[in-house]
Amino acid sequence: MKNLFKIWLLLLLPLGAFASSGIELEDADIDLSDYQSLENGAQLYVKYCLGCHSVKYMRYLNLADDFKIDQQEILDQVAPEGAGIYDKMLTAMNGHDAKKWFGTRPPDLSLIARSRGEDWLVSYLKGFYADKTKALGVNNTVFPSVGMPNPLWQLQGEQQAIIKKIDGRDVITKLVITEKGSMTPKQFDKAVNDITAFLVYASEPHQEERRSMGKYVLLFILLFGVIAYLLKKEYWKDVH
Amino acid sequence: MKKNYVADCSNWVLDRFPLTKLWNDHMAQYYAPRNFNFWYFFGSLALLVLVNQLVTGILLTMNYKPDANLAFDSVEYIMREVPWGWLVRYMHSTGASAFFIVVYLHMFRGLIYGSYKQPRELVWIFGMLLFVALMAEAFMGYLLPWGQMSYWGAQVIISLFSAIPIIGDDLSLWVRGDYVISDATLNRFFAFHVIAIPLILLMLIFLHIVALHEVGSNNPDGIDIKASKDPWGHPVDGIPFHPYYTVKDIVGVSVFLFFFATVLFYMPEMGGYFLEHANFIPADPLATPEHIAPVWYFTPFYAILRAIPDKFAGVIAMGGAIFVLFLLPWLDRSPVKSIRYRGGIYKKAILLFVISFLGLGYLGMQAPTAGATMMARVFTAIYFGFFLLMPIYTRWETTKPVPKRLSEQPTIEDRIPGWVSTAKEMVHEVSVEKDGETVTRTRPSPQGIKTVLIRTAKNLKESLD
Repeated sequence: MKNLFKIWLLLLLPLGAFASSGIELEDADIDLSDYQSLENGAQLYVKYCLGCHSVKYMRYLNLADDFKIDQQEILDQVAPEGAGIYDKMLTAMNGHDAKKWFGTRPPDLSLIARSRGEDWLVSYLKGFYADKTKALGVNNTVFPSVGMPNPLWQLQGEQQAIIKKIDGRDVITKLVITEKGSMTPKQFDKAVNDITAFLVYASEPHQEERRSMGKYVLLFILLFGVIAYLLKKEYWKDVH
Repeated sequence: MKKNYVADCSNWVLDRFPLTKLWNDHMAQYYAPRNFNFWYFFGSLALLVLVNQLVTGILLTMNYKPDANLAFDSVEYIMREVPWGWLVRYMHSTGASAFFIVVYLHMFRGLIYGSYKQPRELVWIFGMLLFVALMAEAFMGYLLPWGQMSYWGAQVIISLFSAIPIIGDDLSLWVRGDYVISDATLNRFFAFHVIAIPLILLMLIFLHIVALHEVGSNNPDGIDIKASKDPWGHPVDGIPFHPYYTVKDIVGVSVFLFFFATVLFYMPEMGGYFLEHANFIPADPLATPEHIAPVWYFTPFYAILRAIPDKFAGVIAMGGAIFVLFLLPWLDRSPVKSIRYRGGIYKKAILLFVISFLGLGYLGMQAPTAGATMMARVFTAIYFGFFLLMPIYTRWETTKPVPKRLSEQPTIEDRIPGWVSTAKEMVHEVSVEKDGETVTRTRPSPQGIKTVLIRTAKNLKESLD
């Protein structure tokens, strides 16, 4: 039964596939039922991202409820100092200043996982490399000329791009770490994955509930269909 | 004597309102041909999806704010804070795409079985008006979430009005209510989407069904069932719509709902086709997205628009692609209705038409390149050729003799054993080594697949003659 259901989903999958852009993206490995990963992601997000990017549709209370954690723990471990449990995840940065510093207001990231996709986010967070030609000294493989420094450089270290000429064009073949960060590459991958998991969760907090409800609804429709079919057969017995 | 209050009350109503007559005329004594097949589910399914859209739409308006500053946030509020709001919203957004799938299949049914032909021209005309109203409804509804694609899609389509000579600019200004899409546009689109067009849709559905029930339903054989009647005056090949087709349509409903729920619960964005990725970014009048594509159900017509080098001519072609469908009853000069008795030329023409319609739909989603534009032009030529050359090729071709009574065709249940044996033909048993043991596994068989493919191709070729 479970396999049958998987095949059904697989059959519909090609319909949901969409054209990819030129750059190959890394695969995110996200498990939204892993609350520890989500909490860790939220914690890292607040520490390294919330300084500029709000997640304005989320409240700290939502995190406590959805990750099944004590409210006090969210306030102690995740929320910035002074934030209340009913506060939205807003940034402390003033929009006016942001415009002066970066030329644009850093966007709210509540829905970034839905507009960009989880694989893009993982690749983006891991895709910063040193580039002296840029104002901020860094560039990004999936978002060229991005107007944002690498917020995770202390963790990841500094990356250099290995550039080769292919068909007369400069192509980045690989990124290598030249200056070590405070995390090993493996730890860093997990950190990036957790941040992405948090953003995927924040982009649609009810998605786990939606998926878990689906099977019961489909089962009901299946039963309904069987009864409807038997009813039809009974009525149509005398039609020739 | 004891008074029966219930009977008295119902008699009081029946004396004053023709409820029994209405029920009998349209349900219990409305005789429909007994050979409706798969294609005949989509009329009742369209009605089901309409009800879904009305109910979920009403619930959505309770929390949606038609205001350029609040619209996007209010949709997210529905998705996150309103109890079951996400479910209602996904039912509405998935329902929109489902509506078009169902309606396109419903129209295709009319096309292959000649349901638009005399005496059902008006049924077809009302249906086409419904299709136009549905497109307007979907287009205006798509602006309401106020995302980037909502905004820029509407911007592109409304700017098409400005291609009209002399009055164009003033006309597009009048439609928008502003020089760009703005709060004024959002408010009027909201008014049209929730009040004006639903009223028109309901009225047209009423007319569509009244016109249909006056002349009676067509059938896959395209035969007039009223030509042979039994002594009581009922068509011999007809069965009362209720209960026969009500119980049958419920089976169709459950199959449809299975697909619908799968999309709704597991892939509500449908990989960006039902809910476009860029629409999760709030509308920004200052940032044009690099690639603006309408939602999938408009893309065939959008591709026709882009295929024509001149903007005004493109608008005319796009409008013409829809208008030409209205003329279908008079373009088709064939003496037979159903594809079953038509000649090979029509069958090949309809196959080309389907390929070009789907091709246009695909190309309309892609960024325009030189090659893609060329393909779109070829498909556009085929699209119009199918309709405009119809008076010639339908009159010219030889048709097959049409029987007096409905033909016997295998039902889906009859076909299933055949499908199963075909599937079995394509696999074979292989011995595989696993953990040192030899086990037999079912694997696809290249030889079997080849024979099945050759047979399918032969059958297809034969059925096109």
